[in-house]
Amino acid sequence: MKHKRTLNQTSFLLLITIVLFFVMYGVGCILFKDQGFAKTQNFLNLFVSNAGLIVISIGMTVVMITGGIDISVGSFVAMGCMMLAWMMEKAGIGAVPAVLAVLATGVVFGFVQGFLVSYMDIQPFIVTLAGMFFARGMTAIISKDMISISNEMFMAWAKMKIYLPVGGHLNKKGVMIYPYVYPTVVIALILLVLAFIMLKYTKFGRSIYAVGGNEQSALMMGLNVRQVKLKAYMLNGFLCGVGSVLFCLNTLGGFVEQAKGFEMDAIASAVIGGTLLTGGVGNVVGTLFGVLIKAVIEAFITFQGTLSSWWTRITIAALLCFFIVLQSVLSMLKKKK
Amino acid sequence: MNKTLKSITSKRLFLPVFCLALVLLINLFTRPDFFSIEIRDGILYGFLIDIINRASELVILAVGMTLVVSASAGTDISVGAIMAVSAAVCCNVLTGGERAATAYSNPLILGFLAAVLVGTVIGCFNGVLVAKLNIQPMVATLIMFTAGRGIAQLITDGQITYVRVESYKTLGSSFPGFPVPAPFIVSLVVVLLTAVLLKKTALGMYIQSVGINKKASSLTGIKAVLIIFLTYAYCGFCSGLSGLIASSRIYSADANNIGLNMELDAILAVAIGGNSLGGGRFSIAGSVIGAYTIQALTTTLYAMHVSSDQIPVYKAVVVVVIVTLQSPGFARWRKALAQKKAGRVTGKEAA
Amino acid sequence: MEKDSVLEMRHIYKTFPGVKALQDVDFTLQKGEIHALMGENGAGKSTLIKVLTGVEEFEAGEIRMEGNEQPIINRSPQEAQKHGISTVYQEINLCPNLTVAENLFIGREPRKGGMIDWKTMNKRAADLLADLDIFADVTKTIDNYSIAIQQMIAIARAVDMSAKVLILDEPTSSLDDNEVEKLFRLMRRLKSEGTGIIFVTHFLEQVYEVCDKITVLRNGRLIGRFTTAELPRVQLVAKMMGKDFDDLAAIKQTGEKEASYKEEDIVIKAVGLGRKGYIKPFDLVIHKGEVVGFTGLLGSGRSETVRVLYGAEKTDEGELFVKGKKLAAKHPIHSMYEGMAYLPEDRKNEGIIADLSVRENLIIALQAKRGMFHLLSRKQQEEFTDKYIDMLQIKTASRETPIKSLSGGNQQKVIIGRWLLTNPDFLILDEPTRGIDVGTKTEIQKLVVKLAQEGMAVVFISSEIEEMLRTCGRMVVMRDGSKVGELCGEEMSQSTIMSTIAGGQ
Repeated sequence: MKHKRTLNQTSFLLLITIVLFFVMYGVGCILFKDQGFAKTQNFLNLFVSNAGLIVISIGMTVVMITGGIDISVGSFVAMGCMMLAWMMEKAGIGAVPAVLAVLATGVVFGFVQGFLVSYMDIQPFIVTLAGMFFARGMTAIISKDMISISNEMFMAWAKMKIYLPVGGHLNKKGVMIYPYVYPTVVIALILLVLAFIMLKYTKFGRSIYAVGGNEQSALMMGLNVRQVKLKAYMLNGFLCGVGSVLFCLNTLGGFVEQAKGFEMDAIASAVIGGTLLTGGVGNVVGTLFGVLIKAVIEAFITFQGTLSSWWTRITIAALLCFFIVLQSVLSMLKKKK
Repeated sequence: MNKTLKSITSKRLFLPVFCLALVLLINLFTRPDFFSIEIRDGILYGFLIDIINRASELVILAVGMTLVVSASAGTDISVGAIMAVSAAVCCNVLTGGERAATAYSNPLILGFLAAVLVGTVIGCFNGVLVAKLNIQPMVATLIMFTAGRGIAQLITDGQITYVRVESYKTLGSSFPGFPVPAPFIVSLVVVLLTAVLLKKTALGMYIQSVGINKKASSLTGIKAVLIIFLTYAYCGFCSGLSGLIASSRIYSADANNIGLNMELDAILAVAIGGNSLGGGRFSIAGSVIGAYTIQALTTTLYAMHVSSDQIPVYKAVVVVVIVTLQSPGFARWRKALAQKKAGRVTGKEAA
Repeated sequence: MEKDSVLEMRHIYKTFPGVKALQDVDFTLQKGEIHALMGENGAGKSTLIKVLTGVEEFEAGEIRMEGNEQPIINRSPQEAQKHGISTVYQEINLCPNLTVAENLFIGREPRKGGMIDWKTMNKRAADLLADLDIFADVTKTIDNYSIAIQQMIAIARAVDMSAKVLILDEPTSSLDDNEVEKLFRLMRRLKSEGTGIIFVTHFLEQVYEVCDKITVLRNGRLIGRFTTAELPRVQLVAKMMGKDFDDLAAIKQTGEKEASYKEEDIVIKAVGLGRKGYIKPFDLVIHKGEVVGFTGLLGSGRSETVRVLYGAEKTDEGELFVKGKKLAAKHPIHSMYEGMAYLPEDRKNEGIIADLSVRENLIIALQAKRGMFHLLSRKQQEEFTDKYIDMLQIKTASRETPIKSLSGGNQQKVIIGRWLLTNPDFLILDEPTRGIDVGTKTEIQKLVVKLAQEGMAVVFISSEIEEMLRTCGRMVVMRDGSKVGELCGEEMSQSTIMSTIAGGQ
């Protein structure tokens, strides 16, 4: 019997999260019925406004499964957005090369952090804390003032609407309005599927789990632990690059204070989605629901109208705290067994 | 020659003193007026005085952070956020909930006490998570790192809360009759009190002992959980106090900017102070010198027209260099290199 | 190579700084044989295994495998595996978060179009386990299964990677009888298929149940290779512990210690004290002025017993009385308040506080007992330190030298000093003489006897029976986690002790 319980622990955490999301969404639909909370478009907006976060949380999940963490992601997004804005607006670089440059920067950033963590054995927290300040400072070095983006191609990407063939409703003028999403959502979801496949069906993916489960064992089984970790951080860096592009497509500008506290959202999404801080357990589907929970909280606060936006941050922190304590208590119970 | 050099560099306080001297030296050459001090209206002025003044919050934070690092081999990254909360609480108590006030609604001391108390309570919260629930220190303090500023915003309704009373500025400027800045005096008191506490009780030994070997410490009768908890509580107290000084300087509570980026500075101060981030042996003196070094660096960078939001870049690089030099990976690499060299030497001899 | 042998190690030498870990050791393993590798602490068993599996390098000697013309050198466990040598360690090297099938196939997963083919992998895993009569759902994560099953899965992985030589390093230490039986069935099965198995264990019963041959090491030297059926247990114990039968008797000298003790002299009284899965319930009485030895092979539960007494591990049954007062210690400090002191077996991880000075290491227990706010003055601290440095003849550059730079023996003396300073009524010394020089050993033994004469109750544990005979007035014998006997007076001779350790013949 005792074995059954441990099996359920991971799925138990995931289940809590999924149920929590639907309950919250349901409550929202009832509370804000008049404002149209239940509309399909509003549901899709949960994705639209969080496409960047989804991608970054995927990266965070991968790193956390190896037993690490990355708190530099928020600052990196700010830097990425600023780079895009500066390159397109001040340096006259085209949208495509600018995007590619940001992706490359992400990989390099991930490489440096990963190298320090895996080959120099420095605590991931310290390394990425330094990375966090570095990226935020770099943003200010690129430009202290906000830069808005007006690049045509980039704007075209940002404004491109992809309509769903179903779920439309007639507006006042009798025109059929179909719900839509932006390409950012499509990219985020494609990456989610790819990450899912990678984690489940590739040797690299499974190595990530093995390293997080028991580094010593993974080593004895012949895996190159350091390399796996380095690659995980590089992948995370790449996803941060993509995430900042998607984020920028939403905000269309760069400024120093952008995406503050984003690292918390990403970590919280992963943890709420069932990723263990101690590593070895987690999956991106859970993380998606983690992001959606944060999105619903934000939607609540927007629809409610009078609450300060700070409540989002505090609620997320409280949720994170709850899940972290839950994880810790569960693992202590398990050890006592 | 080589030997004496080695014995000097192996001294505990070598790293912090060396770094401080380096920063001061750079200034000596680039700016001759750096070391001049003058007295105006019975108060000292000058670059050095400015550094000593501005470093005060950091010195206090570094004291708390040193103990946390020593006992738990982790760092408290919520110190900056705690400063913001404590400032918000203090100003809110003094204005009686208004966003600006020209007279106290409550006695000044009540505001101070509330602020320090709130800091300590948050520290206790961190302490429970780390010591009792065994959560990694940085994850545990990450919660307050992000939530803290949100809480401060809520307390102040998202606005800057001003206390426009002359006496409120005292703590951040100077005590009447003293030529040295008040923050310096406060930080001096904290350092001295802490030093006395560590010297006159067994706490200092316990903290190091727990940080070096938790298991052996427990077996010799030390309550490791309690000790770790206390260091976090104390760090919270220090953060609360720092928040007060920072708030008094600008006679307001600015939830976004009070204590901004201070967590990195505090960690950096501890590292430059020659303390290992892996816990164990610590030196408060080292951390204090470390704190002044960082402030000197900051002031120097300001003077070189680097803006406050760009400075973290340089500090991040310094952090990475220092922790890399301390890291096991680097030690491994150096050992391998030494072996290779030795191998080459013996190979030559054999030939 | 000998006929039918699958592995031969010849004239192996290995030194660690200050220790000759292996000197001229030979080892031969035949095809289809289960071969026990035995020895006490520091005998060199684990070093031999490490050398064989490439975890450590060796300095001289050669290793040959069946079918290889050239001697082989393994530089890593992976390389050893390629040569057909697989190891299953005591701490099982599996990933608890992965499924059974993955643990079997990680690093060599069956793939289809670049993707892991879970279906094939699960099928092959299920077949493999079924073939070896191991019952487990291959799609469940490994932490769902007991240690025994995990162990067998680790073996299955090794076997499937075509192991010619399978090393089992203390696989049974946390298994119950039923599980051990299952494991043995699997081992016999593999044996019949021609695998050579090296079985490292402390349990004599198990050796006699399942092994064909026994190789005994002591102090880094080969004592001999024996056929199990031809070596009586008592002989085996004697060979491991390093005394031949006939030349003892002489050392005994404890006539006066048979004195009868009075009720009020009882310092420690344990009634049915135990902890499930750790140590079986036991009764024990220890008097003032008495030195009680705990003996038994490594892993027999002697250290576990004293940890439970001291409160380093919590108990879940029975009661402990200290000087007539019931004690339920929640933290070691509570035991210390009642006058207990405990020198742990693992000096490095549980004894010394490496970066602290000799002075701090000495006074820390007394300081903890006094409480945080009653700091010993620096002068007192130095006086105490000087006193003990002098009394125990601790060789240290100064009071302020970090303890980590002292030699093992001197570190141990500091720890003993630490506890003597607390003026205990009951002193537990778990292997105080391990890994230290002969001179210091004798000093410690003398000290123990002297302390007892002054009225202290002492528990003394050592792997060397001779030492215990010299110092102890009574011996508690442990086997397989339970107390199997108490010897005193005339009964206390090496032969009776060894036969009690060896158990029913």
